[in-house]
Amino acid sequence: MNIKVLYFARIKEAVNYSTEEIDLPVGVSTITALKNFLSLRGENWANLFNGKQVIRAAINHNLVDDLAKISAGDEVAFFPPVTGG
Amino acid sequence: MTISIQENDFDMACELVSMRSAGRGDIGAIVSFVGLVRELNEGDTVNTLTLEHYPEMTEKSLQAIELEAKTRWNIIDTLIIHRVGTLKPQDQIVLVAVASAHRGDAFHACEFIMDYLKTSAPFWKKEATNQGERWVEAKVSDDEAKLRWVKK
Repeated sequence: MNIKVLYFARIKEAVNYSTEEIDLPVGVSTITALKNFLSLRGENWANLFNGKQVIRAAINHNLVDDLAKISAGDEVAFFPPVTGG
Repeated sequence: MTISIQENDFDMACELVSMRSAGRGDIGAIVSFVGLVRELNEGDTVNTLTLEHYPEMTEKSLQAIELEAKTRWNIIDTLIIHRVGTLKPQDQIVLVAVASAHRGDAFHACEFIMDYLKTSAPFWKKEATNQGERWVEAKVSDDEAKLRWVKK
């Protein structure tokens, strides 16, 4: 299943890029599962996605919680808690 | 219902004039809020503040906040202007204005929109100080401010 993943703010800086296409393995179909999948990419990724940092997620531009389901073609975004205003 | 995400500065006086001259004779109150860049944050002098956002999501999330405000109070018109890019101390960051027939609805809705904007609209601040650059951390007090509005 192909999805698009976007990173923002300090997460973008930590992983060094802002957008990627990922072909997810079977079984990776929630935000939690995607975070676990990304945390296997190395120490840098593990530090971000191992659950110790608060990382918010959006699917197709809507804020979601970690149990949210991901479908093929979705745009998933990861970012720190927002600080606008 | 107007939303603008822009790099340029805004003129609050002009914005409020256009809000009250939009041909709505039922407007009896306009409440507005302007957020500024503070020169001092966490004890350090801020030289610049840079705002990043998630363009495809930002407008959508602000629209959702406006709509929610409209379901809770009798409001006639709303305006949200939020700047992005690099700003200096005392620059304007955000303007929220709400027009209603009576002041209570406009006061409440304006504060509600700001509290929700601060906790759910996808903006991130990075400040440059003499100690270097750093991302601004989200505040627990902002989450608590939002919780006041949770329907019981």
